[in-house]
Formats: sequence, structure tokens, C-alpha cells
Amino acid sequence: MFETPMPLWEVFIRNRSGLPHRHCGSVHATDEVMALQAARDVYTRRGESVSIWVVPSTAIVASDPSDKDAMFEPTASKIYRHPTFYEIPEDVGHM
Amino acid sequence: MYTQALNTKEEAVATRPEDAAKLARFQAIVDVEDKIEPNDWMPGGYRKTLQRQISQHAHSEIIGMQPEGNWITRAPSLKRKAALLAKVQDEGGHGLYLYAAAETLGISREDYCEQLHSGKAKYSSIFNYPTLTWADMGIIGWLVDGAAIMNQIPLCRCSYGPYARAMIRICKEESFHQRQGYEIMITLCRGTAEQKAMAQEALNRWWWQALMMFGPSDKDSMHSADSTKWKIKRFSNDELRQKFIDATIPQGQYLGLTFPDPELKFNASTGHWETGEIDWSEFKRVVAGDGPCNRDRMKVRNAAHAAGAWVREAAHAFAEKRRARMATAKVAAE
Ligand SMILES: [Fe+2]
Ligand SMILES: [Fe+2]
Repeated sequence: MFETPMPLWEVFIRNRSGLPHRHCGSVHATDEVMALQAARDVYTRRGESVSIWVVPSTAIVASDPSDKDAMFEPTASKIYRHPTFYEIPEDVGHM
Repeated sequence: MYTQALNTKEEAVATRPEDAAKLARFQAIVDVEDKIEPNDWMPGGYRKTLQRQISQHAHSEIIGMQPEGNWITRAPSLKRKAALLAKVQDEGGHGLYLYAAAETLGISREDYCEQLHSGKAKYSSIFNYPTLTWADMGIIGWLVDGAAIMNQIPLCRCSYGPYARAMIRICKEESFHQRQGYEIMITLCRGTAEQKAMAQEALNRWWWQALMMFGPSDKDSMHSADSTKWKIKRFSNDELRQKFIDATIPQGQYLGLTFPDPELKFNASTGHWETGEIDWSEFKRVVAGDGPCNRDRMKVRNAAHAAGAWVREAAHAFAEKRRARMATAKVAAE
């Protein structure tokens, strides 16, 4: 028997520690209300979370892993972006 | 765990020449213990192995709710009932984490479920045994979840990111499962003579089955060479089984129970416990579908799925109606 597939939602939870929302998995639900309830039941059975985001999986735009080099490589050569690139005499103390 | 059935050889996938460079890059990532993520290039065999392993693992969690679900209404106290209910909910949750991970490999939830419901996919054979007494709830937590933990801890370092992350969540929860089971065993073993006898009888029935959870012996096991190279599997079936035996025997001795194995002995020179020969014909029979509860487990699962069809249908209809209403309201407001 054919059944209408349930849309997929990505779940992000934020725990108490003040860290940003973090991806933790996905759930299936017909709408956002059901998605939030399912996410709570599946991913927060032990007080892991104080906040949940659900996002339709189809709404996520991801960088292409095969473009990884072109996309991220340029930052590797820019060593002057790091504090250790600059020489400060020891006498100055911690900076 | 419950990954015993994965020892089937994936048919060799023809590699196109242009894939050689990608394959080398893939293996390099795996070799330095980096993770492979859903959109990364991966060999066909790797994808297939994981699709099968993760979904079978998920099916096992879902079917694994049945043997313990059987005792929720008959738990001896409110405390035990609450704990058992929470454990069975966890197993359902484990199934869902794992389906979510498996879906990132390009097969939908509906298709994975269909594979289970049609009998095409396997799940761990341990769940094809009946839970006859309350002591079985103790034994399952202690031995079945205990064996699962042995199997699952190395999977937290699996090369496939979504599987490894799901396993980390699962392992955190399994510790509660094993401890609540062992506590049931302690209570029974410190109870009346009948209660202790019930605990012993349950151990007699489950011990060999628990050892079989690690899958066939290495000498008969269909090569996990690829799985090892791909860092999906880190220890052989026999290595994991031995770890489990060494950890479990002292726990059983603490309970004052005996293991149903006359050949069981401690080898002081190796520091390991040695067991008698496992009856693999029994294992094969149950994997092939002829265990005491195979048919019943499938019947219950299919009935639950069918009975939920109207709920899924109603949820779709409701969401549709809500969307339409919201669209009308938006037009009216403009
Ligand atoms: Fe589990
Ligand atoms: Fe468990």
C-alpha cells in the first residue's frame, strides 16, 4: 500500500550550558508542531535541552564537499590572521 | 549492538578508473580517523554496508521493545514499572536515532521500514526468545544490554559521522539499562529461595543466547576485512565476546549464580575465562527465521504499523488543512 511519505525535519537543540543550538538528528512529521513534539520526545528524554529548533531538511543549503578545497583552502595561507604571526618582545609581557 | 547479521559479504562493486583518486582520498580520510559525512564521496560497498548495518541495528532496537514491553503491565512495583517503561521508550528512541542516521545514506525511512515489515531485513536474533518470568527483565538489562554495550562502544568511533554520533547518544543511555537490570538480579538473588531460583533459571535460559549476540566465531565469520579497513568494525566477534565474558563472569559470581557451562574455567596464564563450544546450529536456525518468537515478533510489528496507518493519514490531512487555512488567512490579511 502506498503511503504519503512524511517530510523530514532536521533537529537542533541547545543545552543549558549556553552553547549554540547543535544539530542532533532528524525526525519525520507532517508539520512543524508535530516536528517539535517528536523532536522533544526523541532527543530530550533526559533534560538535554532548553530549546529546540526544527527545520525542514529541504530548506538546508549545504556547501558541496567536492568544492571543499576551493572553498576553504584560501584561509590556510593567510597565516597573518593568527596572533602567533606577530612577534612581540618578551619584555612586553603577556599580550 | 545489535549487528550480528552484518557478516554477509557485499558483492564487489566495479570501480571506474576516475573513482581511483576519490577512493584514495576517501581511504586517507578514514586512515587518519577523520569522519566521512553524508555528502562526501564514498565507495558503493561502504554505503551499502552501512545502509544494511545501521538499518538492521535500528530494526533490532524497535523489535527489542517487544520482549520487555511484555512485562510493563506486570512489573512488581511502581518503581520497576517506571524504569521498564523508560527503558523501552529509550529503545524506541535508539531505533529512531539510527533510522535518522541510516536515512542520510540515501534510503528513506519508509523504505527501511518496508524492508523490516516484509521480512527482507534482519534484526538481532536475541529478540526471538520469549520473556517467561520477571527475572528475564533483569537478565535482559544485565546481559543483553551488557553485550550491546560491548558492541556499541567501539562503534562510537565508526568512520561514518552520523552513525558515530548516534552511537554516542545511545551508549550514554545504555548504562542505565544495564544497571537497572543488574539491580533486578541483585534483588532477586537476595530474596526468597524461589526468587533466587527464578534468577538462576533465567540465566540458564539466556546465557548462551547472550554469547551468540556477538555473531559467528571468527573462524566461520564471513570476512569483515572491508569493514575493518573502513573503520566500521574495530574488533572481531570473538574479541568482543571474550571481553564480555571476562566482564560478566565475576558479576554473576557476585550474585551467587552459576553459569550453565560445565567447561567454564579461568585460565590463569592468559587471564581470561574460557567457555565451552557455542551451539551454532541453534544460532543459524533462529537467524533463518525458526526461533521461538520470530513469527510473533513480525506479526506484532506489522499489526502495530497497520494500526497506526489512520493516525499517519489523519496527521497528513490535518497538516494539509492547517496549511490551507493559513494561506487563506494570509490572503485575507493582504
Ligand atoms: Fe538500545
Ligand atoms: Fe538498551
